[in-house]
Amino acid sequence: MSIGWSLRPILALFLLVLVLRPEWFAPMLAPLAPEGGPVIYERASLLSLSLSHLALVAAASAAAVVVAVTLAILVTRPSGAAFRPVSRTVANMGQTFPPVAVLALAVPALGFGAGPTLVALFLYGLLPIFENAVTGLSNLPPATMEAARGIGLNRWQRLVRVELPLALPVILTGVRLSVVIAMGTATIGSTVAARTLGEVIIAGLLTNNTAYVVQGGLVVGLFAVLIYDAMVQLERRLAARVGL
Amino acid sequence: MIEIDGITKTYGAMTAVDAVSMTVETGTITVIVGTSGSGKTTLLRMINRLEEPSAGEVRINGEATHSLKPHILRRRIGYAIQGHGLFPHHTVGRNIGAVPELLNWPKDKIRARVDELLELFSMDPDAFRDRYPAELSGGQQQRVGVARALASRPDLLLMDEPFGALDPIIRTRAQEDLRRIQQRLGSTIMLVTHDMEEAIRLGDRVAVMDGGKLVQHGTPAEIIAAPATEFVADMVGDVERPLRLLSLIPAGEVVEEGTANGEALPASASLRDALSACLWTGREAVPIERDGAAAGRVTLAAIRARAEAHG
Repeated sequence: MSIGWSLRPILALFLLVLVLRPEWFAPMLAPLAPEGGPVIYERASLLSLSLSHLALVAAASAAAVVVAVTLAILVTRPSGAAFRPVSRTVANMGQTFPPVAVLALAVPALGFGAGPTLVALFLYGLLPIFENAVTGLSNLPPATMEAARGIGLNRWQRLVRVELPLALPVILTGVRLSVVIAMGTATIGSTVAARTLGEVIIAGLLTNNTAYVVQGGLVVGLFAVLIYDAMVQLERRLAARVGL
Repeated sequence: MIEIDGITKTYGAMTAVDAVSMTVETGTITVIVGTSGSGKTTLLRMINRLEEPSAGEVRINGEATHSLKPHILRRRIGYAIQGHGLFPHHTVGRNIGAVPELLNWPKDKIRARVDELLELFSMDPDAFRDRYPAELSGGQQQRVGVARALASRPDLLLMDEPFGALDPIIRTRAQEDLRRIQQRLGSTIMLVTHDMEEAIRLGDRVAVMDGGKLVQHGTPAEIIAAPATEFVADMVGDVERPLRLLSLIPAGEVVEEGTANGEALPASASLRDALSACLWTGREAVPIERDGAAAGRVTLAAIRARAEAHG
Protein backbone atom coordinates (compact mmCIF):
# COMPACT_ATOMS: atom_id res chain seq x y z
CA MET A 1 0.00 0.00 0.00
CA SER A 2 2.00 2.93 -1.18
CA ILE A 3 0.96 6.05 -2.96
CA GLY A 4 2.41 6.34 -6.44
CA TRP A 5 5.43 8.35 -7.51
CA SER A 6 3.28 11.03 -9.07
CA LEU A 7 0.87 11.44 -6.17
CA ARG A 8 3.59 11.68 -3.52
CA PRO A 9 5.10 15.08 -4.51
CA ILE A 10 1.63 16.52 -5.12
CA LEU A 11 0.46 15.57 -1.64
CA ALA A 12 3.68 16.84 -0.07
CA LEU A 13 3.35 20.17 -1.87
CA PHE A 14 -0.33 20.46 -0.90
CA LEU A 15 0.57 19.85 2.75
CA LEU A 16 3.40 22.38 2.62
CA VAL A 17 1.18 25.11 1.24
CA LEU A 18 -1.61 24.25 3.67
CA VAL A 19 0.76 24.63 6.62
CA LEU A 20 2.77 27.65 5.46
CA ARG A 21 0.19 29.65 3.46
CA PRO A 22 -3.24 28.60 4.75
CA GLU A 23 -4.70 31.92 3.64
CA TRP A 24 -4.36 30.79 0.00
CA PHE A 25 -7.16 28.31 0.69
CA ALA A 26 -9.52 30.91 2.18
CA PRO A 27 -11.75 31.16 -0.92
CA MET A 28 -12.23 27.38 -0.97
CA LEU A 29 -12.91 27.08 2.75
CA ALA A 30 -15.10 30.18 3.07
CA PRO A 31 -18.39 28.37 2.27
CA LEU A 32 -17.70 26.04 5.22
CA ALA A 33 -17.21 28.83 7.76
CA PRO A 34 -20.16 30.40 9.60
CA GLU A 35 -21.39 33.57 7.97
CA GLY A 36 -19.13 36.48 8.86
CA GLY A 37 -16.91 34.22 10.98
CA PRO A 38 -13.15 33.62 10.49
CA VAL A 39 -12.16 31.14 7.77
CA ILE A 40 -8.51 30.54 8.57
CA TYR A 41 -7.37 29.57 12.07
CA GLU A 42 -5.16 32.39 13.32
CA ARG A 43 -4.78 31.95 17.07
CA ALA A 44 -1.58 30.03 16.41
CA SER A 45 0.30 29.34 13.20
CA LEU A 46 -0.40 25.95 11.66
CA LEU A 47 3.35 25.52 11.29
CA SER A 48 4.09 25.80 14.99
CA LEU A 49 1.13 23.55 15.82
CA SER A 50 2.36 20.99 13.28
CA LEU A 51 5.86 21.02 14.69
CA SER A 52 4.59 20.65 18.22
CA HIS A 53 2.25 17.84 17.12
CA LEU A 54 5.06 15.99 15.33
CA ALA A 55 7.42 16.49 18.27
CA LEU A 56 4.88 14.98 20.68
CA VAL A 57 4.34 11.98 18.40
CA ALA A 58 8.08 11.54 17.84
CA ALA A 59 8.91 11.68 21.55
CA ALA A 60 6.14 9.28 22.56
CA SER A 61 6.95 6.87 19.71
CA ALA A 62 10.67 6.94 20.45
CA ALA A 63 9.98 6.04 24.06
CA ALA A 64 7.54 3.31 22.97
CA VAL A 65 10.13 1.88 20.55
CA VAL A 66 12.82 1.73 23.24
CA VAL A 67 10.55 0.11 25.81
CA ALA A 68 8.70 -2.25 23.45
CA VAL A 69 11.81 -3.47 21.62
CA THR A 70 13.74 -3.94 24.87
CA LEU A 71 10.82 -5.91 26.26
CA ALA A 72 10.59 -7.98 23.07
CA ILE A 73 14.32 -8.74 23.21
CA LEU A 74 14.02 -9.86 26.84
CA VAL A 75 11.06 -12.16 26.29
CA THR A 76 12.59 -13.76 23.20
CA ARG A 77 15.70 -14.83 25.16
CA PRO A 78 15.46 -18.40 26.52
CA SER A 79 15.62 -17.06 30.08
CA GLY A 80 12.84 -14.53 29.48
CA ALA A 81 10.38 -16.82 27.70
CA ALA A 82 8.36 -17.25 30.90
CA PHE A 83 7.51 -13.54 30.90
CA ARG A 84 6.15 -13.53 27.39
CA PRO A 85 2.45 -14.04 28.26
CA VAL A 86 2.61 -11.44 31.06
CA SER A 87 4.26 -8.77 28.93
CA ARG A 88 1.82 -9.47 26.14
CA THR A 89 -1.08 -8.92 28.52
CA VAL A 90 0.39 -5.65 29.74
CA ALA A 91 0.94 -4.36 26.22
CA ASN A 92 -2.58 -5.45 25.28
CA MET A 93 -4.03 -3.52 28.22
CA GLY A 94 -2.20 -0.41 27.04
CA GLN A 95 -3.97 -0.80 23.72
CA THR A 96 -7.44 -1.57 25.15
CA PHE A 97 -7.46 1.48 27.42
CA PRO A 98 -9.11 4.32 25.48
CA PRO A 99 -6.67 7.22 25.06
CA VAL A 100 -9.29 9.65 26.33
CA ALA A 101 -9.50 7.70 29.57
CA VAL A 102 -5.72 7.77 29.90
CA LEU A 103 -5.76 11.52 29.37
CA ALA A 104 -8.46 12.00 32.00
CA LEU A 105 -6.62 9.84 34.51
CA ALA A 106 -3.24 11.41 33.82
CA VAL A 107 -4.32 15.03 34.20
CA PRO A 108 -4.61 14.93 38.02
CA ALA A 109 -1.12 13.44 38.21
CA LEU A 110 0.65 15.38 35.48
CA GLY A 111 -1.45 18.51 35.14
CA PHE A 112 -2.67 20.00 31.88
CA GLY A 113 -0.41 20.24 28.82
CA ALA A 114 1.83 17.84 26.95
CA GLY A 115 2.46 15.38 29.83
CA PRO A 116 -0.80 13.40 29.81
CA THR A 117 -0.76 13.30 26.00
CA LEU A 118 2.74 11.84 25.97
CA VAL A 119 1.68 9.15 28.42
CA ALA A 120 -1.40 8.24 26.41
CA LEU A 121 0.47 8.12 23.11
CA PHE A 122 3.28 6.10 24.66
CA LEU A 123 0.93 3.49 26.19
CA TYR A 124 -1.12 3.32 23.04
CA GLY A 125 1.94 2.84 20.86
CA LEU A 126 3.53 0.00 22.79
CA LEU A 127 1.47 -2.94 21.57
CA PRO A 128 2.00 -2.85 17.78
CA ILE A 129 5.75 -2.38 18.21
CA PHE A 130 6.04 -5.07 20.88
CA GLU A 131 3.97 -7.63 18.94
CA ASN A 132 5.91 -7.07 15.74
CA ALA A 133 9.28 -7.11 17.47
CA VAL A 134 8.42 -10.42 19.15
CA THR A 135 7.26 -11.86 15.82
CA GLY A 136 10.36 -10.60 14.03
CA LEU A 137 12.76 -11.86 16.66
CA SER A 138 11.14 -15.30 16.91
CA ASN A 139 10.92 -15.99 13.17
CA LEU A 140 14.54 -15.73 12.12
CA PRO A 141 15.96 -18.19 9.58
CA PRO A 142 17.04 -21.21 11.68
CA ALA A 143 20.08 -22.09 9.53
CA THR A 144 21.41 -18.54 9.87
CA MET A 145 20.94 -18.57 13.63
CA GLU A 146 22.62 -21.97 13.91
CA ALA A 147 25.53 -20.75 11.79
CA ALA A 148 25.82 -17.55 13.84
CA ARG A 149 26.26 -19.62 16.98
CA GLY A 150 28.41 -22.20 15.24
CA ILE A 151 31.00 -19.75 13.94
CA GLY A 152 31.48 -18.15 17.35
CA LEU A 153 29.28 -15.07 17.77
CA ASN A 154 28.44 -14.55 21.43
CA ARG A 155 24.91 -13.66 22.55
CA TRP A 156 25.34 -9.92 22.28
CA GLN A 157 26.97 -10.17 18.85
CA ARG A 158 24.19 -12.45 17.63
CA LEU A 159 21.57 -9.96 18.83
CA VAL A 160 23.21 -6.86 17.43
CA ARG A 161 24.73 -8.23 14.23
CA VAL A 162 22.17 -10.80 13.17
CA GLU A 163 18.87 -10.85 15.04
CA LEU A 164 17.99 -7.15 15.16
CA PRO A 165 19.05 -6.38 11.57
CA LEU A 166 17.06 -9.36 10.27
CA ALA A 167 14.00 -8.48 12.38
CA LEU A 168 14.22 -4.76 11.53
CA PRO A 169 11.75 -4.70 8.63
CA VAL A 170 9.09 -6.43 10.77
CA ILE A 171 9.82 -4.16 13.74
CA LEU A 172 9.50 -1.11 11.49
CA THR A 173 6.06 -2.26 10.37
CA GLY A 174 5.02 -2.11 14.02
CA VAL A 175 6.59 1.32 14.44
CA ARG A 176 4.74 2.54 11.38
CA LEU A 177 1.35 1.38 12.67
CA SER A 178 2.12 2.90 16.03
CA VAL A 179 3.20 6.26 14.63
CA VAL A 180 0.18 6.57 12.37
CA ILE A 181 -2.18 5.76 15.23
CA ALA A 182 -0.35 8.32 17.38
CA MET A 183 -0.68 11.02 14.69
CA GLY A 184 -4.45 10.75 14.96
CA THR A 185 -4.63 10.18 18.68
CA ALA A 186 -2.47 13.21 19.44
CA THR A 187 -5.29 15.52 18.29
CA ILE A 188 -7.27 14.46 21.39
CA GLY A 189 -4.38 15.83 23.46
CA SER A 190 -5.64 19.34 22.80
CA THR A 191 -8.64 18.64 25.07
CA VAL A 192 -6.14 18.80 27.93
CA ALA A 193 -4.27 21.78 26.49
CA ALA A 194 -1.44 20.02 24.67
CA ARG A 195 -0.36 22.07 21.65
CA THR A 196 -1.31 19.87 18.71
CA LEU A 197 -3.24 20.25 15.47
CA GLY A 198 -6.21 19.01 17.46
CA GLU A 199 -6.49 22.59 18.74
CA VAL A 200 -7.74 23.68 15.30
CA ILE A 201 -10.25 20.86 15.06
CA ILE A 202 -11.56 21.40 18.58
CA ALA A 203 -11.84 25.16 18.02
CA GLY A 204 -13.88 24.38 14.90
CA LEU A 205 -16.16 22.00 16.78
CA LEU A 206 -16.72 24.49 19.61
CA THR A 207 -17.59 27.38 17.29
CA ASN A 208 -19.46 25.35 14.68
CA ASN A 209 -16.74 26.30 12.19
CA THR A 210 -16.35 23.43 9.70
CA ALA A 211 -13.57 25.32 7.92
CA TYR A 212 -11.35 24.93 11.01
CA VAL A 213 -12.24 21.25 11.33
CA VAL A 214 -11.32 20.61 7.68
CA GLN A 215 -8.04 22.51 7.98
CA GLY A 216 -6.91 20.64 11.07
CA GLY A 217 -8.14 17.29 9.77
CA LEU A 218 -6.48 17.71 6.39
CA VAL A 219 -3.09 18.62 7.84
CA VAL A 220 -3.12 15.67 10.30
CA GLY A 221 -4.36 13.30 7.61
CA LEU A 222 -1.73 14.36 5.06
CA PHE A 223 1.07 14.05 7.60
CA ALA A 224 -0.13 10.55 8.49
CA VAL A 225 -0.37 9.43 4.86
CA LEU A 226 3.07 10.78 3.96
CA ILE A 227 4.77 9.35 7.03
CA TYR A 228 3.09 5.98 6.44
CA ASP A 229 4.28 6.02 2.84
CA ALA A 230 7.84 6.98 3.71
CA MET A 231 8.07 4.15 6.22
CA VAL A 232 6.67 1.62 3.75
CA GLN A 233 9.43 2.65 1.35
CA LEU A 234 12.05 2.26 4.06
CA GLU A 235 10.76 -1.19 5.05
CA ARG A 236 10.78 -2.36 1.43
CA ARG A 237 14.34 -1.24 0.99
CA LEU A 238 15.46 -3.01 4.15
CA ALA A 239 13.50 -6.17 3.35
CA ALA A 240 15.07 -6.36 -0.10
CA ARG A 241 18.43 -5.99 1.59
CA VAL A 242 17.94 -9.01 3.85
CA GLY A 243 16.55 -11.01 0.96
CA LEU A 244 13.04 -11.51 2.28
CA MET B 1 45.01 -34.36 15.87
CA ILE B 2 41.47 -34.51 17.27
CA GLU B 3 40.86 -36.98 20.07
CA ILE B 4 37.30 -37.84 21.02
CA ASP B 5 37.35 -39.63 24.31
CA GLY B 6 34.31 -41.52 25.61
CA ILE B 7 31.93 -38.74 24.66
CA THR B 8 28.30 -39.26 25.69
CA LYS B 9 25.10 -37.24 25.39
CA THR B 10 21.94 -38.19 27.24
CA TYR B 11 18.57 -36.45 27.09
CA GLY B 12 16.69 -37.70 30.15
CA ALA B 13 16.49 -41.47 29.74
CA MET B 14 17.51 -41.33 26.07
CA THR B 15 21.14 -41.77 25.10
CA ALA B 16 21.80 -39.94 21.85
CA VAL B 17 25.53 -40.61 21.74
CA ASP B 18 26.94 -43.49 23.73
CA ALA B 19 30.59 -43.34 24.79
CA VAL B 20 32.09 -42.67 21.37
CA SER B 21 35.88 -42.60 21.13
CA MET B 22 37.90 -41.97 18.01
CA THR B 23 40.96 -40.15 16.77
CA VAL B 24 41.10 -37.97 13.70
CA GLU B 25 44.52 -37.38 12.18
CA THR B 26 45.49 -33.88 11.11
CA GLY B 27 45.00 -33.26 7.39
CA THR B 28 42.42 -35.99 6.81
CA ILE B 29 38.72 -36.13 6.12
CA THR B 30 36.64 -38.29 8.46
CA VAL B 31 33.09 -38.87 7.37
CA ILE B 32 30.56 -39.79 10.03
CA VAL B 33 27.75 -41.67 8.38
CA GLY B 34 24.50 -43.01 9.80
CA THR B 35 20.73 -42.89 9.50
CA SER B 36 18.73 -40.08 11.07
CA GLY B 37 18.61 -40.53 14.82
CA SER B 38 21.95 -42.35 14.87
CA GLY B 39 23.51 -39.53 16.90
CA LYS B 40 25.89 -38.41 14.15
CA THR B 41 24.86 -34.75 14.21
CA THR B 42 24.86 -34.66 18.02
CA LEU B 43 28.37 -36.09 17.99
CA LEU B 44 29.51 -33.37 15.61
CA ARG B 45 27.79 -30.60 17.59
CA MET B 46 29.49 -31.74 20.78
CA ILE B 47 32.88 -31.10 19.21
CA ASN B 48 32.28 -27.32 18.96
CA ARG B 49 30.04 -27.45 22.03
CA LEU B 50 26.82 -26.43 20.34
CA GLU B 51 25.75 -29.35 22.54
CA GLU B 52 27.48 -29.86 25.86
CA PRO B 53 28.60 -33.47 26.34
CA SER B 54 27.08 -35.33 29.32
CA ALA B 55 30.35 -37.19 29.77
CA GLY B 56 33.72 -37.57 28.09
CA GLU B 57 35.90 -34.96 26.45
CA VAL B 58 37.29 -33.77 23.15
CA ARG B 59 40.89 -32.66 22.71
CA ILE B 60 42.12 -30.63 19.77
CA ASN B 61 45.90 -30.88 19.42
CA GLY B 62 46.02 -32.01 23.03
CA GLU B 63 43.92 -29.14 24.40
CA ALA B 64 40.56 -30.02 25.97
CA THR B 65 37.66 -28.14 24.37
CA HIS B 66 36.02 -27.44 27.74
CA SER B 67 39.01 -25.34 28.79
CA LEU B 68 37.80 -22.52 26.53
CA LYS B 69 34.63 -20.43 26.47
CA PRO B 70 32.28 -21.94 23.87
CA HIS B 71 32.23 -18.94 21.51
CA ILE B 72 36.02 -18.63 21.66
CA LEU B 73 36.38 -22.35 20.90
CA ARG B 74 33.97 -22.06 17.96
CA ARG B 75 36.04 -19.31 16.34
CA ARG B 76 38.85 -21.85 16.06
CA ILE B 77 36.64 -24.50 14.50
CA GLY B 78 35.09 -24.01 11.08
CA TYR B 79 31.40 -24.85 10.82
CA ALA B 80 29.44 -25.39 7.62
CA ILE B 81 25.87 -26.65 7.57
CA GLN B 82 23.13 -27.77 5.25
CA GLY B 83 21.34 -24.77 3.77
CA HIS B 84 24.57 -22.74 4.23
CA GLY B 85 23.19 -20.39 6.95
CA LEU B 86 24.75 -17.29 5.39
CA PHE B 87 23.86 -13.89 6.83
CA PRO B 88 21.35 -12.58 4.28
CA HIS B 89 21.99 -8.93 5.21
CA HIS B 90 25.75 -9.12 4.71
CA THR B 91 27.63 -9.24 1.42
CA VAL B 92 29.51 -12.35 0.33
CA GLY B 93 32.76 -10.68 1.38
CA ARG B 94 31.47 -9.84 4.84
CA ASN B 95 30.04 -13.34 5.26
CA ILE B 96 33.37 -14.97 4.41
CA GLY B 97 35.24 -12.49 6.59
CA ALA B 98 32.90 -13.00 9.56
CA VAL B 99 35.24 -15.08 11.73
CA PRO B 100 38.42 -13.10 10.93
CA GLU B 101 36.40 -9.99 11.86
CA LEU B 102 35.51 -11.62 15.20
CA LEU B 103 39.19 -12.38 15.67
CA ASN B 104 40.05 -8.71 14.98
CA TRP B 105 42.19 -9.32 11.94
CA PRO B 106 43.26 -6.07 10.25
CA LYS B 107 40.91 -5.00 7.42
CA ASP B 108 43.36 -5.48 4.55
CA LYS B 109 44.26 -8.94 5.76
CA ILE B 110 40.56 -9.93 5.87
CA ARG B 111 40.05 -8.54 2.40
CA ALA B 112 43.02 -10.46 1.00
CA ARG B 113 41.80 -13.65 2.66
CA VAL B 114 38.27 -13.21 1.25
CA ASP B 115 39.64 -12.77 -2.27
CA GLU B 116 41.95 -15.74 -1.86
CA LEU B 117 39.08 -17.99 -0.79
CA LEU B 118 36.73 -16.80 -3.53
CA GLU B 119 39.42 -17.62 -6.07
CA LEU B 120 39.97 -21.01 -4.47
CA PHE B 121 36.27 -21.73 -4.96
CA SER B 122 36.43 -20.54 -8.60
CA MET B 123 34.38 -17.41 -7.94
CA ASP B 124 35.71 -14.14 -9.35
CA PRO B 125 36.30 -11.88 -6.31
CA ASP B 126 35.44 -8.68 -8.20
CA ALA B 127 32.15 -10.15 -9.35
CA PHE B 128 31.05 -11.79 -6.12
CA ARG B 129 32.60 -9.91 -3.17
CA ASP B 130 29.88 -7.26 -2.93
CA ARG B 131 26.87 -9.38 -3.81
CA TYR B 132 24.27 -10.51 -1.32
CA PRO B 133 23.60 -14.22 -0.70
CA ALA B 134 20.09 -13.99 -2.20
CA GLU B 135 21.69 -13.07 -5.53
CA LEU B 136 23.67 -16.34 -5.74
CA SER B 137 22.71 -19.79 -6.98
CA GLY B 138 22.36 -22.65 -4.50
CA GLY B 139 25.75 -24.05 -5.42
CA GLN B 140 27.43 -20.65 -5.03
CA GLN B 141 25.78 -20.06 -1.65
CA GLN B 142 27.05 -23.43 -0.48
CA ARG B 143 30.60 -22.59 -1.61
CA VAL B 144 30.47 -19.27 0.22
CA GLY B 145 29.28 -21.18 3.31
CA VAL B 146 32.31 -23.47 3.16
CA ALA B 147 34.62 -20.53 2.40
CA ARG B 148 33.32 -18.76 5.52
CA ALA B 149 34.06 -21.89 7.57
CA LEU B 150 37.64 -21.97 6.25
CA ALA B 151 38.35 -18.25 6.49
CA SER B 152 40.33 -18.14 9.72
CA ARG B 153 42.38 -21.27 8.86
CA PRO B 154 40.71 -23.28 11.63
CA ASP B 155 42.33 -26.28 13.30
CA LEU B 156 39.30 -28.30 12.33
CA LEU B 157 36.37 -27.94 9.96
CA LEU B 158 33.02 -29.45 10.96
CA MET B 159 30.46 -29.98 8.21
CA ASP B 160 26.89 -31.10 8.84
CA GLU B 161 25.31 -32.46 5.65
CA PRO B 162 26.91 -29.56 3.77
CA PHE B 163 25.77 -30.81 0.37
CA GLY B 164 22.34 -32.03 1.47
CA ALA B 165 20.40 -29.22 -0.20
CA LEU B 166 22.17 -29.45 -3.57
CA ASP B 167 20.96 -31.30 -6.65
CA PRO B 168 23.02 -34.38 -7.65
CA ILE B 169 25.16 -32.79 -10.37
CA ILE B 170 26.12 -29.75 -8.30
CA ARG B 171 26.65 -32.01 -5.30
CA THR B 172 29.23 -34.13 -7.14
CA ARG B 173 31.06 -30.98 -8.16
CA ALA B 174 30.94 -29.61 -4.62
CA GLN B 175 32.40 -32.88 -3.31
CA GLU B 176 35.24 -32.74 -5.84
CA ASP B 177 35.91 -29.10 -4.92
CA LEU B 178 36.03 -29.97 -1.24
CA ARG B 179 38.49 -32.81 -1.89
CA ARG B 180 40.71 -30.56 -3.99
CA ILE B 181 40.65 -27.69 -1.50
CA GLN B 182 41.22 -29.98 1.47
CA GLN B 183 44.29 -31.46 -0.20
CA ARG B 184 45.57 -28.03 -1.13
CA LEU B 185 45.11 -26.54 2.35
CA GLY B 186 45.77 -29.71 4.35
CA SER B 187 42.63 -29.10 6.40
CA THR B 188 41.30 -31.52 8.96
CA ILE B 189 37.63 -32.13 8.28
CA MET B 190 34.86 -34.02 10.03
CA LEU B 191 31.77 -34.32 7.87
CA VAL B 192 28.38 -35.78 8.72
CA THR B 193 26.22 -37.40 6.05
CA HIS B 194 23.53 -40.08 5.65
CA ASP B 195 24.87 -40.92 2.19
CA MET B 196 27.32 -43.84 2.14
CA GLU B 197 28.28 -42.97 -1.44
CA GLU B 198 29.39 -39.53 -0.26
CA ALA B 199 31.21 -41.07 2.70
CA ILE B 200 33.19 -43.43 0.47
CA ARG B 201 33.94 -40.76 -2.09
CA LEU B 202 35.18 -38.16 0.38
CA GLY B 203 36.46 -39.97 3.44
CA ASP B 204 39.99 -40.94 4.28
CA ARG B 205 38.23 -42.55 7.18
CA VAL B 206 34.59 -43.49 7.53
CA ALA B 207 32.91 -43.73 10.94
CA VAL B 208 29.56 -45.51 10.96
CA MET B 209 27.11 -44.57 13.73
CA ASP B 210 24.10 -46.64 14.73
CA GLY B 211 21.84 -46.03 17.71
CA GLY B 212 24.30 -43.61 19.30
CA LYS B 213 27.22 -46.02 19.07
CA LEU B 214 30.24 -45.93 16.80
CA VAL B 215 29.93 -49.35 15.14
CA GLN B 216 32.84 -49.17 12.73
CA HIS B 217 35.66 -46.78 12.01
CA GLY B 218 38.07 -47.50 9.20
CA THR B 219 39.14 -46.71 5.67
CA PRO B 220 36.41 -46.84 3.02
CA ALA B 221 37.94 -50.06 1.65
CA GLU B 222 37.78 -51.73 5.08
CA ILE B 223 34.17 -50.67 5.55
CA ILE B 224 33.18 -52.09 2.18
CA ALA B 225 35.25 -55.27 2.36
CA ALA B 226 34.52 -56.19 5.96
CA PRO B 227 31.42 -54.52 7.40
CA ALA B 228 31.51 -54.96 11.18
CA THR B 229 27.77 -55.37 11.64
CA GLU B 230 24.62 -56.15 9.73
CA PHE B 231 23.79 -52.43 9.85
CA VAL B 232 27.05 -51.40 8.20
CA ALA B 233 26.51 -54.02 5.51
CA ASP B 234 23.03 -52.57 4.92
CA MET B 235 24.44 -49.06 4.70
CA VAL B 236 27.04 -50.19 2.17
CA GLY B 237 24.42 -52.20 0.27
CA ASP B 238 25.24 -55.81 -0.64
CA VAL B 239 24.56 -55.39 -4.33
CA GLU B 240 26.69 -52.27 -4.54
CA ARG B 241 29.68 -53.57 -2.64
CA PRO B 242 31.86 -54.78 -5.53
CA LEU B 243 31.23 -51.58 -7.47
CA ARG B 244 31.92 -49.37 -4.45
CA LEU B 245 35.16 -51.23 -3.86
CA LEU B 246 36.19 -50.84 -7.50
CA SER B 247 35.41 -47.14 -7.30
CA LEU B 248 38.16 -46.78 -4.69
CA ILE B 249 40.91 -48.44 -6.74
CA PRO B 250 42.75 -46.42 -9.37
CA ALA B 251 43.16 -48.12 -12.74
CA GLY B 252 46.89 -47.51 -12.50
CA GLU B 253 47.07 -50.19 -9.82
CA VAL B 254 46.21 -53.14 -12.10
CA VAL B 255 47.56 -51.82 -15.37
CA GLU B 256 49.42 -54.36 -17.47
CA GLU B 257 51.60 -54.35 -20.59
CA GLY B 258 49.78 -54.42 -23.87
CA THR B 259 47.42 -52.45 -26.03
CA ALA B 260 43.68 -52.15 -26.40
CA ASN B 261 41.32 -50.44 -28.80
CA GLY B 262 39.14 -47.43 -28.24
CA GLU B 263 39.34 -44.35 -26.09
CA ALA B 264 41.96 -44.33 -23.32
CA LEU B 265 41.31 -43.61 -19.61
CA PRO B 266 43.71 -41.75 -17.33
CA ALA B 267 45.59 -43.86 -14.77
CA SER B 268 43.79 -41.98 -11.99
CA ALA B 269 40.36 -43.17 -13.20
CA SER B 270 38.81 -45.81 -10.96
CA LEU B 271 38.37 -49.47 -11.88
CA ARG B 272 34.64 -48.76 -11.75
CA ASP B 273 35.10 -46.30 -14.62
CA ALA B 274 37.21 -48.86 -16.49
CA LEU B 275 34.60 -51.59 -15.98
CA SER B 276 31.90 -49.25 -17.11
CA ALA B 277 33.86 -48.34 -20.26
CA CYS B 278 34.44 -52.04 -21.05
CA LEU B 279 30.78 -52.98 -20.63
CA TRP B 280 29.41 -50.03 -22.52
CA THR B 281 31.60 -50.44 -25.59
CA GLY B 282 31.87 -54.25 -25.51
CA ARG B 283 35.65 -54.26 -25.07
CA GLU B 284 37.71 -56.83 -23.15
CA ALA B 285 40.29 -54.19 -22.20
CA VAL B 286 40.71 -50.42 -22.15
CA PRO B 287 43.95 -48.53 -22.83
CA ILE B 288 45.36 -46.50 -19.97
CA GLU B 289 47.43 -43.39 -20.34
CA ARG B 290 49.56 -41.52 -17.86
CA ASP B 291 50.18 -37.80 -18.46
CA GLY B 292 48.96 -38.24 -22.01
CA ALA B 293 51.35 -41.12 -22.86
CA ALA B 294 50.15 -44.73 -23.33
CA ALA B 295 50.82 -46.76 -20.18
CA GLY B 296 49.32 -50.15 -21.02
CA ARG B 297 45.86 -51.54 -20.53
CA VAL B 298 43.38 -52.77 -17.95
CA THR B 299 41.54 -55.99 -18.81
CA LEU B 300 38.13 -57.19 -17.65
CA ALA B 301 39.85 -60.27 -16.21
CA ALA B 302 42.16 -58.07 -14.12
CA ILE B 303 39.21 -56.05 -12.83
CA ARG B 304 37.36 -59.25 -11.90
CA ALA B 305 40.46 -60.64 -10.15
CA ARG B 306 40.89 -57.41 -8.18
CA ALA B 307 37.23 -57.37 -7.11
CA GLU B 308 37.46 -60.98 -5.92
CA ALA B 309 40.63 -60.25 -3.96
CA HIS B 310 38.77 -58.11 -1.40
CA GLY B 311 39.32 -58.41 2.30
